[in-house]
Amino acid sequence: MGLRLHLGLIYVFLYGPILLLMVLSLNESGLPTAWSGLSFRWYEALAENEAIRRAALNSLIVAGVSTVIATALGTLLAIGVERRRGSAALDALLFAPMIIPDIVLAIALLSFYFMLSFSLGLHSIILSHVVFNIAFACAVVRARLKHFDWAMIEASEDLGASALTTFVRVTLPAILPGVIAAALLAFTLSIDEFIIAFFTAGAGLASTTLPMQVYSMIRFGVTPEINALATLFLLTSFTLVLFAQRLSGRRGAFA
Amino acid sequence: MRLKSPSASSLLMAPGLGWLALFLVVPCAIVFLLAFFQRGIYGGVDYVLTWENFARALDPLYLSILWQSAVLAGEATAIALLIGYPAAYAIARASQRWQPVLLVLVMLPFWSNYLIRTYAWIVLLNRKGVANEAMIDWGLITEPLSLLYNSGAVITGLVYNYLPFVILAVYASLSRLDRSLLEASEDLGAPPWRSFLRVTLPLSLPGVAAGGIFVFVLSIGNFITPDLLGGGRIQMVGNLIYDQFLTARDWPFGAALSMLLIAIMLLLLFAQALAVRRAGGERKEA
Amino acid sequence: MNTSKTLAAILTAGFLMSGGGAAAETLVVANWDGYMPPDLLENFAKEKGIEVEFAPHATNEEIMGKFMANQGEGYDVVFLSSPFAQALDKLGLVAELDHAQVPNLANYYAAARELPYDPGNRYSAPYAWGTTGICYREDLVEAAPESWNDLLDPSPAHKGKVTMLQTDRWLMQPALFVLGYSVNETDPAKLAEARDLLIKAKEGLLAYDDTTFYSKLVSGEAVLVQGWDGWCNYGIAETDKIKFVLPKEGADLWVDTMIVPKASENKELAHAFIDYVLRPDVHSWVASNILYKVPNEAAMAQVDPGLIETFPNLGMQPDELLQLELVEDLGEGQRAFTRAVQEVLSAN
Repeated sequence: MGLRLHLGLIYVFLYGPILLLMVLSLNESGLPTAWSGLSFRWYEALAENEAIRRAALNSLIVAGVSTVIATALGTLLAIGVERRRGSAALDALLFAPMIIPDIVLAIALLSFYFMLSFSLGLHSIILSHVVFNIAFACAVVRARLKHFDWAMIEASEDLGASALTTFVRVTLPAILPGVIAAALLAFTLSIDEFIIAFFTAGAGLASTTLPMQVYSMIRFGVTPEINALATLFLLTSFTLVLFAQRLSGRRGAFA
Repeated sequence: MRLKSPSASSLLMAPGLGWLALFLVVPCAIVFLLAFFQRGIYGGVDYVLTWENFARALDPLYLSILWQSAVLAGEATAIALLIGYPAAYAIARASQRWQPVLLVLVMLPFWSNYLIRTYAWIVLLNRKGVANEAMIDWGLITEPLSLLYNSGAVITGLVYNYLPFVILAVYASLSRLDRSLLEASEDLGAPPWRSFLRVTLPLSLPGVAAGGIFVFVLSIGNFITPDLLGGGRIQMVGNLIYDQFLTARDWPFGAALSMLLIAIMLLLLFAQALAVRRAGGERKEA
Repeated sequence: MNTSKTLAAILTAGFLMSGGGAAAETLVVANWDGYMPPDLLENFAKEKGIEVEFAPHATNEEIMGKFMANQGEGYDVVFLSSPFAQALDKLGLVAELDHAQVPNLANYYAAARELPYDPGNRYSAPYAWGTTGICYREDLVEAAPESWNDLLDPSPAHKGKVTMLQTDRWLMQPALFVLGYSVNETDPAKLAEARDLLIKAKEGLLAYDDTTFYSKLVSGEAVLVQGWDGWCNYGIAETDKIKFVLPKEGADLWVDTMIVPKASENKELAHAFIDYVLRPDVHSWVASNILYKVPNEAAMAQVDPGLIETFPNLGMQPDELLQLELVEDLGEGQRAFTRAVQEVLSAN
């Protein structure tokens, strides 16, 4: 089918550059201009590079925590907003974090934290990331909610279910694909985000995220250890995904 | 389907709105206030009220940069939607078991790092890069092509980075589509393309709109991609604002420019929201 | 789903643990990544029995942005270029150096102690200095370049194989020199002339590049680039076919310097660190490692002459350097300057 072919080509497009990175990470010379033999030396160099490892871990922590918070708040926000009459002002507020240039948000947040004498560290990055992630998560869930049959909630409440039960048993399962999509989006945005992280991070390795680390290293062009890191990230995520897929296989749970 | 308890929805919204109010509205309000003041000699702020910053923001130089950015972002959005929609559709049509996997596979490349991926494109597209070397080896060309450091490269980079978001957003909308509507349309004798145009597409418009906005907004404010893939030759609004805040250390002017940008985007969003409401049909009672 | 709850719990625990770590005394140093020998911070930490944290920044502008937002809080020693140190000092954000705590200041060349923007090293201690010129592949160019015009108006053979620096103060330099103006020019009319030259130059330009121009030379993608002298050395390290030259119209003098923010809470340690860096053996190790000249007379004397043979620009003498024009903060004129740069970058 044409559609399947198209989807396949999209994956080729998406993964092409990544495969290039993977190949480069195994290249002895590390240079894209010459293949000089298979080698794992860059993986070894990576294992010894504490800064990169630490930064990668920090990125995962920041992305993970901010995703959980932002998806939760964003989903609730989406439901609350969709239940009532649309309000232009509300829409504007919800879209604001997306359309405010991130440099402005970065500087605004740093100045704000400074004024409050708020300490900086990984936690300040997380707080900042939640801000824009709420907006994105909310938008995604709202798109899903446009097709939601609100009558189900009424029916559920009429049948005597409490608000909480209704939420857990009726609403959530119905919007779950949207919530998961929102979470994926938030995680992706956070793990790659540089400018806000840079400005709201504390000093030092303890609160350096991967984009910050890579950005400061690009002076010398991307070193091959980074290719190795990118490859590892990918292989790990890939494995986790396959694993999760086998686990949920029988259940086929998505509405 | 009016809700029975308005307070319930307020309760739901409270934590999210509270966060936004504290960490978005307040900090940004502080910075935007600066737009009404003057830049100090060495880059601080002189608390002297002035409209000068807004007047400067309307200067042809900045407006033309704004326009160029909008055009580039628009092109990237159009392309991303064109190739992303069918992909999302294909995923939504896949078996329930595979859908989550396919989705995550779309996102996976983006859990490596933005800069590294962009560098991969540089490696691919530069004059001594993989693409050119391959084409020369295969005899397709004799001289390397200038694939990099131009607007085409920037658009490719933007599409590449934001395509997953389009796919996700459109998927979120498509996956909730009621199959019975399509079946009904078929039963009534409509050919598949017609069912698609008249039933599927309009109903998936919220997802398309959300995806389109993501790409446009993220593209227009982006300064890393034009910097790296454009070789500094493509100036976008993101670079402009970055320069004002960091290089010129002119926060008041940077604030004014940002406000101009935001105002324009809000206008676009309103226009878009209106269009979607009309096309998609409002499902709530007015 | 239970898996996501567990995951959330683990992540939260991890996050809570990461915020902690009440340290032994900690010194926070902000510098460009790769601009110090890898073991410098470690060795200092060991010697003093403290922890040292490194906060990398990629450009002067970034660290300036942070300073403007948080007054430099959280940093103890900051490495940045002199015009920016100048601006910070005018804004009252830099601490005065207590010379009693930094006896190694005496190791400087006399000139480094009397630089116009900070005579007497009142608030800053220079770390490295140098100039900006043309870095090129002698085997790939028709003739050795002599003038900035070789970049601005390349011969047909070189067209599309030229890069220039993008950082605004350096972007304008080739045109300013060719026109005989100052690197610290703020007259809008003169800047407009320079801007027009640079816009024309874009026709022959491959790209603006601050960081990977030397690898473009190595690969042959570029043949002539505007580059900082130390950076050019990285290219020379990879192939001896790369050479560095100062064009006849002139070149700049830039200085990267160390400052202590007023907001620092570890000023004593900060001074100790600066003193450590200025030790002859340490500072010469810096020069040999990062391939930049340092303004430390005692240190340069210890640099291996063989190294200077391989990297000729390391051997530039201070009096040569001092004939070049120092890049200074532009004050009010920065706006006009940035605007001219914007016009260049956005022209098609």
